Formats: sequence, structure tokens, C-alpha cells
Amino acid sequence: MALMKFAPEALKNLFMKPATKMYPNEEPVYPEGSRGHVKISIDDCISCGMCVRACPNGALKVDRNAGTWTIDRFDCIACGYCVLKCPKKCLFMEKGYQVPGPEKKEDTYTKSPEVLAAEEEKRRIAAMKAAEAKAAMEAKASEEKKG
Amino acid sequence: MGKRSVIPFGPQHPVLPEPIHIDLVVEDEKVVEAVPSIGFVHRGLESLAEKKDFNQLVYVAERTCGICSFQHGMGYCEAVEHIMGLEVPRRAKFLRTIWAELSRIHSHLLWLGLLADGFGFENLFYQCWRIREKILDLHELTAGGRLIFSVNKVGGVIKDIEGDKLDTILSTLDEVDDELRVIRSVFFEDRTVLSRLKGVGILSKEQINDLGAVGPFARASGVRVDMRMLGYAAYDELSFVPIVSNDGDCYARCFIRMMELFQSIKLIREAIGKIPAEKDLEVPVKGNPDGEYFMRLEQPRGEAFYYVKASGKPILDRMRIRTPTFANIPALCEMLKNTEIADVGLLVLTIDPCVSCTER
Ligand code: SF4
Ligand code: SF4
Repeated sequence: MALMKFAPEALKNLFMKPATKMYPNEEPVYPEGSRGHVKISIDDCISCGMCVRACPNGALKVDRNAGTWTIDRFDCIACGYCVLKCPKKCLFMEKGYQVPGPEKKEDTYTKSPEVLAAEEEKRRIAAMKAAEAKAAMEAKASEEKKG
Repeated sequence: MGKRSVIPFGPQHPVLPEPIHIDLVVEDEKVVEAVPSIGFVHRGLESLAEKKDFNQLVYVAERTCGICSFQHGMGYCEAVEHIMGLEVPRRAKFLRTIWAELSRIHSHLLWLGLLADGFGFENLFYQCWRIREKILDLHELTAGGRLIFSVNKVGGVIKDIEGDKLDTILSTLDEVDDELRVIRSVFFEDRTVLSRLKGVGILSKEQINDLGAVGPFARASGVRVDMRMLGYAAYDELSFVPIVSNDGDCYARCFIRMMELFQSIKLIREAIGKIPAEKDLEVPVKGNPDGEYFMRLEQPRGEAFYYVKASGKPILDRMRIRTPTFANIPALCEMLKNTEIADVGLLVLTIDPCVSCTER
């Protein structure tokens, strides 16, 4: 049995610099690949909704018509499953944790006007093509009836 | 015979931050009976499991416990993998083993710190937690999270640990090994520590077997029970022998966990040495699980059970976890009998209780 076994270590600690950081005055250093928060490169998003269906916490919302992607950062548990599931790989896990705040609010990202316009144009063309195809079908059907 | 009275212990008690309540029937300063009650932090995991699909459930299972989070995720994934007949690539198995052992080190260091705090050795407490911080940094470096790993998936793992990171693990473990040797001698030889631990709360092998205790708590009483012997993940390829002691007192429990730290370091070194080079990390998962399985694995606190039942649908029929603390509570109450009331806090601590995961 020994007494004061820890004394040398305790003395050493007295003269060492603190092991803790003066957060938040001192910036924390996160290693590469730290799962902090989800980031989106919104213009690459195709509003498919895969991330919404994947999220175990229901933290995401996608509005295809408005071109928005919404995340409730306080509901997000930074699991990274949405990042894994996104077919366009436009979601990323970034360093830096969610900062605390006085209220729970959502972050909404909207696609840039050019992308929105291009999508609108695509939708218009698709609708036009669909209408043309429908008209052609109808015309064919009526011809067959006559014939 | 003195007058009997009942003293409530918990749910709020300075010795442990978790809510377990024990009614201590005391006679003078001696405890004659301990009646536990739990249910203060029930979170309804089983009901939640019926609302999420089996892939999402990995992230839910993982959050059962903040300390053994990795092992919870792994236990659940292995259970589903067994049902679906998936053979996980070898590298993924080794990675799982490395992460599991890293989290064992961090859990045991946390416990040793709390023990030191429990008997009033603040300096030693901070020393343990300072070493633990290095392990947490390794977690964040390799998995991206300090406590919650989120690297498991049904069919394998999501992330790889590349060569340079494996080297960082090895060099950090060397440092940790040196620092552990210092605190080991304090825990094993210091008079103040020994006077609180030696001969306190003795449980015999028969008592442990009768009451079904698990983990380091059981191994400290000479019961050779360690689920790693079953050889899940990559344990079958590593030279693993459980550490057992015959004393059955608080000192033996401390001894077992301390020695397991060195054992974990050894296992990680061995796993890194043997890790296969091929980069396959997962196998594709097709369809839904159909069947049921019991998975048993060794968490830092002891054996955990995962019961998964599925019927070919994305949502499981049932997912139930039995955590080690739950199995250890009957033995804890037996151990509390005939002890001094001043030792109760320390004795509760020596089973390494994790009440939140007990209540799931
Ligand atoms: S999964 Fe990707 S592409 Fe699809 S809606 Fe979500 S962020 Fe957009
Ligand atoms: S990281 Fe997880 S919790 Fe957060 S939005 Fe993505 S899937 Fe949902």
C-alpha cells in the first residue's frame, strides 16, 4: 500500500497548461469529416424528396413547386442518412455544430431564379409535349372510330 | 436490533446523474433490504421501432445510450444482417471491432473517473477524463461524432478508416497506454483508494449466477462470461481471453475494468495489424428482412440482447433490447444488503449503471 501515489502527477498538473479550451473565445478545431450540420447545394437539388423520406427525425421538407428545401436544424440529429440517400449528392455533412438559439426555427433554401426559370421552362415543355401527345392520341382514336 | 426505517436513494443523487430510485430499509447504519424502482426516463423505443423503417432504425437504436452508442448500432445491424443472411465484408467487421473497442475504452475511463469522484478523489477523476478526451477525439476523427458514431448500416459500415488515421489511432493509443499505467498504479496501490474498495460489497460466484448478472460485474466474481467469446464481428480472428477475478468486491470490479482497458488497446492494435486491405465496406441489401433473431453482444457494461422480428415488410414487427444494467439490478440489490449506508453510493456505481438505456 502506498500513500500519495498520485502526488507527483498532481504536482505536474499544477504547472501544465490547461487541457481544456477557452470556448467560445477560442475557436474549436474540428477534424475533417466531423458530422456537424447538413449543407445543401440547392441548385443541384432535383426536389425528389428522397432525403425527406430517409430522415429518421422528420427534420426536412421539400417543396417542388416553390423550389425550396427546408431543414429544422433543432430536429436534425446529424446522422447523415439524408446525405447518404440523396441521388444527386447535393447534400453534405459539414464541420461545426448547430449553434444554440433562443427559438426553434427552420432554415429554408430556395433555388436561384435562373434554375427556377429553367425548371419552369422544362415543366412547360413537358406539359406541352404531354398535351400534344394527348391530342395525337385522341385524333388517332377518333380516326379509328370513323374507319 | 435497532429500529427499522426507510431511506430513499435517488432518483436525484450526487453520485450518479441518472434516475434510479432505491428504497433502502436500514437498521441503524446497516442496510437490510434494497427495493429498486425504475421508470423515470422511459422513452418508448419499442413503440418508436414500429414507426420507422429498418434502415432508419439503425440511427434510433444507436441513440439508446450515449456511451455504448456504437455497440447498440452494431448489435441491431448484426441482428438484421443475420435475418437477411448478409455476410458483411471482412474489413467492415474489423472496423466495427476497432470502433467497439475504442468505445469500450472511453466507457471504462468514464466509469473509472466517476468511481474516483464517488470516493472523493477529484484529481484522479479529472485525470481519467482527460485521457478519455483523447479517445473521444479519435472517435470524431474516424467516425465524425464524439459519442454517436452513425457509421453502421445494415450490410456493413459507411465510413472507412484510412491508413493514416489507423496510424493516428496507434500513436494515440501508445500515449494513452503510458498515461493509463500511471493511474493504474494509483487505483491498484493507493491507500485511500484501497480503503474504500477492498472487501466492500462482496458477491460470490453462486450469487452472481443465481441473479443473472453480466459483464465486468459478473467477471469480478469469477464468472467467465463475455460475449466476445462468441466471436461476432472480428473477435473470432483476434486472440481474446476474458479477464476474470475471484474476489467479487469493489476492488475486483475496478481491477477488471482497468485491465480491460489494456486488453482493448491490445485488441485494437491486433485488429489494425490484421485488417484486410480490400476496400469493400458493405454488401448490397435487397428486399426486407423476414424472420427473427436474437443477437447477443458484449457492451462495456456487459451483455446486451437484441431481439428483432420482421415479416418481410420495411417496418419491423418488433425490436427489443435488454441492456446490461437491467440484468445487473437484482444482483445490485443483493449486494446492498448488510452494507453500510455510506457505501451505498459507491456500490451502486460499481455496477456501472446506465439507467437511461435500461429504460430505453
Ligand atoms: S434527396 Fe437530394 S436531390 Fe432529392 S430533394 Fe433531397 S436534396 Fe434534393
Ligand atoms: S442528418 Fe439525419 S436527422 Fe439531419 S436532416 Fe439528415 S437525415 Fe434528418
